[in-house]
Amino acid sequence: MRRIISLLLENEPGALSRVVGLFSQRNYNIESLTVAPTDDPTLSRITLTTSGDEHKIEQITKQLNKLIEVVKVVDLSEGLHIERELMLIKVKAVGAARAEIKRTADIFRGHIVDVTPSVYTIQLVGPSEKLDAFIEALSETSILEVVRSGVSGIARGEKVLSI
Amino acid sequence: MLIRALADEGVEFLFGYPGGAVLHIYDAIFQQDKVKHILVRHEQAAGHAADGYARATGKVGCVLVTSGPGATNTVTPIATAYMDNIPMVVISGQVPSHLVGEDAFQETDMIGVSRPIVKHSFQIRHASEIPGVVKKAFYIASSGRPGPVVIDIPKDCTNPNEKFDYDYPTKVKLRSYTPPGRGHAGQIKKAVDELLAAKRPVIYAGGGVVQGNASHLLTEMVRTLVGLGAYPGTDPQFIGMLGMHGTYEANMAMHHSDVILAVGARFDDRVTNNTAKFCPNAKIIHIDIDPAAISKTVRVDIPIVGAVEPVLTDMLAQIKAETEIKPDAEALKIWWEQITQWRARHGLRYEPAQPGEMKPQQVVEMLYKVTNGQAYVTSDVGQHQMFAALYYKYDRPRQWINSGGLGTMGFGLPAAMGVKFAFPDAIVACVTGEASIQMNIQELSTCLQYGLPVKIININNRSLGMVKQWQDMQYEGRHSNSYMDSLPDFVKLVEAYGHVGMKITDPDQLESKMREAFAMTDRLVFLDIYVDPSEHVYPMHIAKGSMRDMLLSKTERT
Repeated sequence: MRRIISLLLENEPGALSRVVGLFSQRNYNIESLTVAPTDDPTLSRITLTTSGDEHKIEQITKQLNKLIEVVKVVDLSEGLHIERELMLIKVKAVGAARAEIKRTADIFRGHIVDVTPSVYTIQLVGPSEKLDAFIEALSETSILEVVRSGVSGIARGEKVLSI
Repeated sequence: MLIRALADEGVEFLFGYPGGAVLHIYDAIFQQDKVKHILVRHEQAAGHAADGYARATGKVGCVLVTSGPGATNTVTPIATAYMDNIPMVVISGQVPSHLVGEDAFQETDMIGVSRPIVKHSFQIRHASEIPGVVKKAFYIASSGRPGPVVIDIPKDCTNPNEKFDYDYPTKVKLRSYTPPGRGHAGQIKKAVDELLAAKRPVIYAGGGVVQGNASHLLTEMVRTLVGLGAYPGTDPQFIGMLGMHGTYEANMAMHHSDVILAVGARFDDRVTNNTAKFCPNAKIIHIDIDPAAISKTVRVDIPIVGAVEPVLTDMLAQIKAETEIKPDAEALKIWWEQITQWRARHGLRYEPAQPGEMKPQQVVEMLYKVTNGQAYVTSDVGQHQMFAALYYKYDRPRQWINSGGLGTMGFGLPAAMGVKFAFPDAIVACVTGEASIQMNIQELSTCLQYGLPVKIININNRSLGMVKQWQDMQYEGRHSNSYMDSLPDFVKLVEAYGHVGMKITDPDQLESKMREAFAMTDRLVFLDIYVDPSEHVYPMHIAKGSMRDMLLSKTERT
């Protein structure tokens, strides 16, 4: 089962390597990872997606909590939450396909952010599935390059992850 | 200022080895007398000596090594301490800051190398950080679930010409780290009710009981509850070690129990055998300071997260206050009768030796007799380790010192040195084998320098006994690389290091020579004892089976 885990950790050199190292050391899997400082510059926020049964996820959160620099750990997928991912995708846009790609991007509420006579670069934001669906929808055209940011997530409603 | 901080932290001994990156620190050591530096002959031994010191005293062991090879040589002892949760602080030198990352001479990324085997690590970036980091490192190493902490210090950060205000902090505050204290009252009540109602209870006590300084409480609890399995080793209620080479009665009792109280133990694979078949009828209560240790390998019914000592204290109070549920005396009597039967059937025993030969078990039993059960016993790893665990009866916590989790050969002698530094008047014996001892034999030289009269019991079977045992059992006796036909003359070797060596081949001389050795209280004596090389350790779990599936001798199984 896919899970989204959110962490607050000390914004210090080496802290990220402990988190990433833990996953490889204990044979857990990271599917995606995003990290950046928060409004409090002493803290970084990581969102990572992983998969595993309940027992494995329980171990992952417990082991993460043991790391001295990790301040808080939340499994976002336990409750209602919002997840977003950013994708930049470069596609060949010539001839009849050019208009079709534009239409598809509009349907997905994507933005064309760079244009050349033969290439569109499209920006798309949404849950990972939407990004997957967009790639699927473009499968007729030739995709030149895809870059995805990995998932960022936040709980819905009043719940707040802070110290 | 580093040494001043260590002195302020109360460090008595610093086990180490100098080198380029730590020369400023060594110069500071030379100019003071509060922290005593112990010069070993190999950095690995510095780590194990600090570990032995920590295990015997409960204090933090402290190590100082140089960068590069000095630092990497401590990887094995750090991993050893990590697996057994031993409080240790390892200070490694680093090349000067401006050279870091340039593959400078003797540069290794020690923080990176040690990352998976430390509780935490600190990279010093400025000299002024040192006092605060030292304080934090000792706090982290010794609190909660203890473990090793590395501090990596570039050479320029210890430059004595750079002055700054020194202020050693009195308190540590880490927003992301609060070790658990008392357990949850509701869980404790549930656990006590379950225990009192139990018909076939077992207490499974782990290293956490020793580390948490709670063994006195466990003894009291066993008496109160008429349960099983705790200190002291000579008590009839102690049913022995459990696990792969545990006693028949301990493993049988575990398998058939209805309530297991696991205290500061971690259900590792050498204990449980196949977790799918583990103790099918037992409700498991697990007290541990580390939430991640709970339900890691075996599903727990009543978890209690907390330090063992306060949790057991609260449980005892709860038991005394409990009026409704009374222990089922009849059921407990039947349970004890059952255990007594198991013990009578297959208690610890071995085939007597052929005339003129000695069994390794005999040697350990003799050691117990000669030392009146009072010695600190350190061991290396292999068959001799299991014999020393099974056949020496330990009545005190911290008396038995071995590398249980990592299984580090070469641990025994340096660990014995650490114990001897901590307790100069105590009897310290290192039970080892002719293979393990050679992994850190250079420390005989350290023992001479500091006058450490430890006794080395070398159980010599001319082979890597445990490897050979597995090859006998699982590889049709093909002894691939488990045999040594070029052993040194240990007596001469030990004499060359300035100590006393004795070779014992005649069983009739075992007691007299061992007594002679222990009578030489001011000398290190190395007893090279030739034993039957074909002996195996039994009982032994049958792989993939349950707790009760055991080989009991070369011909019998459960």
